[in-house]
Amino acid sequence: MQVATGIKIVNGIAIGKLHIFKAPVYEISEAAADPIEELARFEQARLKVQEQQHALYEKALKEAGEDSAGIFEAHEMMLDDDDLIDACKMIMTEQKKSAEYAAKEGFDNVAEMFREMDDPYFQARSADIIDLKNAMLDVLLGNDTDSLQGTEPSILVAEDLAPSETVKLDKSLLLGLVTREGSSNSHTAILARSMNLPTLIQCKSIEDDWEGKFAILDGYNSCLYIEPTQDLIDSLTARRNEDLKKEALLQELKGKTNTTVDGKTIRVFANIGGPADIGAVQQNDAEGVGLFRSEFVYLNSSEDPSEDSQFQAYKRVLETLSPKLVIIRTCDIGADKTIDYMNLDKEENPALGYRAIRICLTRKDFFKRQLRALLRASVYGKLGIMFPMIISLREVRECKEILEECKRELANEGVSYSKDIEIGIMIETPAAALCADELAEEVDFFSLGTNDLTQYTCAIDRQNAKLEPFSDTHHPAVLRLIQMTIEAGHRHGTWVGICGELGADPTLTETFLRMGVDELSVNPKSVLPLRKIIRSVDLSKSQS
Amino acid sequence: MKEFKFTVTDPVGIHARPAGLLVKAVKEHASTVMIENKDGKAADAKKLLALMGLGIKQGDEITVKVDGADEDAAAAAIEAFLKENL
Repeated sequence: MQVATGIKIVNGIAIGKLHIFKAPVYEISEAAADPIEELARFEQARLKVQEQQHALYEKALKEAGEDSAGIFEAHEMMLDDDDLIDACKMIMTEQKKSAEYAAKEGFDNVAEMFREMDDPYFQARSADIIDLKNAMLDVLLGNDTDSLQGTEPSILVAEDLAPSETVKLDKSLLLGLVTREGSSNSHTAILARSMNLPTLIQCKSIEDDWEGKFAILDGYNSCLYIEPTQDLIDSLTARRNEDLKKEALLQELKGKTNTTVDGKTIRVFANIGGPADIGAVQQNDAEGVGLFRSEFVYLNSSEDPSEDSQFQAYKRVLETLSPKLVIIRTCDIGADKTIDYMNLDKEENPALGYRAIRICLTRKDFFKRQLRALLRASVYGKLGIMFPMIISLREVRECKEILEECKRELANEGVSYSKDIEIGIMIETPAAALCADELAEEVDFFSLGTNDLTQYTCAIDRQNAKLEPFSDTHHPAVLRLIQMTIEAGHRHGTWVGICGELGADPTLTETFLRMGVDELSVNPKSVLPLRKIIRSVDLSKSQS
Repeated sequence: MKEFKFTVTDPVGIHARPAGLLVKAVKEHASTVMIENKDGKAADAKKLLALMGLGIKQGDEITVKVDGADEDAAAAAIEAFLKENL
């Protein structure tokens, strides 16, 4: 067995034979008899290549999306560049050279200009120009460029791949991609990502005699194993099968609703911790964000975060996910999440202490900075604001009053905010669950935080491992509080979701559906497995 | 001649595609449009590769000079384009 390492572009595993992709070699004759004829050949080739680039744009748009396809549109425009075309024409008319030679020289010069630039993005553009040069030469020399891939599915190994080569590849014959060169800025890398193709670049130890050998590309560990051991084959095949299962689930369920056999539809949202998780929300096809923990803006900062920095973070999430509903929970620090610059006193009993909304309502300026940032960001998408650790009606009213105060301030400053913001509270204390009827009058939604609700209901510290034998995550008292909350919410037209860990517990999904829950918000990876369960439940039959 | 400054906010700078669209937008006007990077190097905004050759990155302030019969309309249109796309 041989092992080669590289830099992974896409996770995932490819198993199969290696096929070494050889770049075409161009044999060019310099001299030409008739400059007029060469000019005509050049022009014809240029138009033909433009046509090809347009076809590649269409193909990439379909297979990989707008972001990846854009480069071919740019290629079309580069072929219209006066400087480039004039330089090539000069070579034909004044130096009396062939169209092939003119294309080679003219494009190479521009590629050289990009290669010498400082910025890696612009350096990587030299590969685009070389790609166009090769396309010109292929047309001028009448090369067949379609048969470079072999006939059976394989892991393709190449020095480097031009964007056009990557798009032209027959995906049904492509298991994975390994290149000796390449950068993570290259369009090949971008395309590989959007096609979700296991890919390694900068794999320096590629050898020519690998052609046809059996190999495994392990994108998770950035390795290529040539003629791997049986153990490795078994374990990586198992991992690959797991990936395939997940992918199949995604293919099967993406875009479908969370509807039971008898026709009840609920929403399945994702819980996220920051803008970095946006990708996971989209990949797992969550319908929205049911809990955006805003703590990250406080925890990732060495000082109290400004209104502007918060605004940027909220805006990014709302804008990217628009028109999906994004529920942002206001600051929930204290208890197990402490921050130096907040100067919080050490407490005997932090879970029952000075935390979350209790901090916000006593440090009003701090709270208002977040609310103003949220209001300003609200015009970029569909925002929900959720207040944590509520125990009383008075607190909810106070939160809403402060929010109104922020709205008035912004209006006076001429700053706009959305008129369509949903307001909700976490139900995570027994007090809130028991007073749910009164609280429901004040808000658009409830979200059950089952972790704290369980801890407070059962008086079991969730961080104390010794209490494990006493703990029951499905304690009937907690389930009854959940049911009471859902019923109370519905009496007042308030929708009720669950954003705690119980929401993702597949053994409770049917129970929650029968209780009438409107939304479950879970970690992004659980969205589709949960959808699968919901789609298999039939509420018209009695619970099994 | 009309002249204005603009600071690029696009994370990649004036990269291939927006540069191509900018060239397209500029070509709709008769005026000559020159773009100068922060080092004072200038390029004709009707020429894509020269424009990309300026290597303009996020945060760079560029100077746009518009000269010709339709310079008022051209300058306004280009400024609007830059604000929206870069």
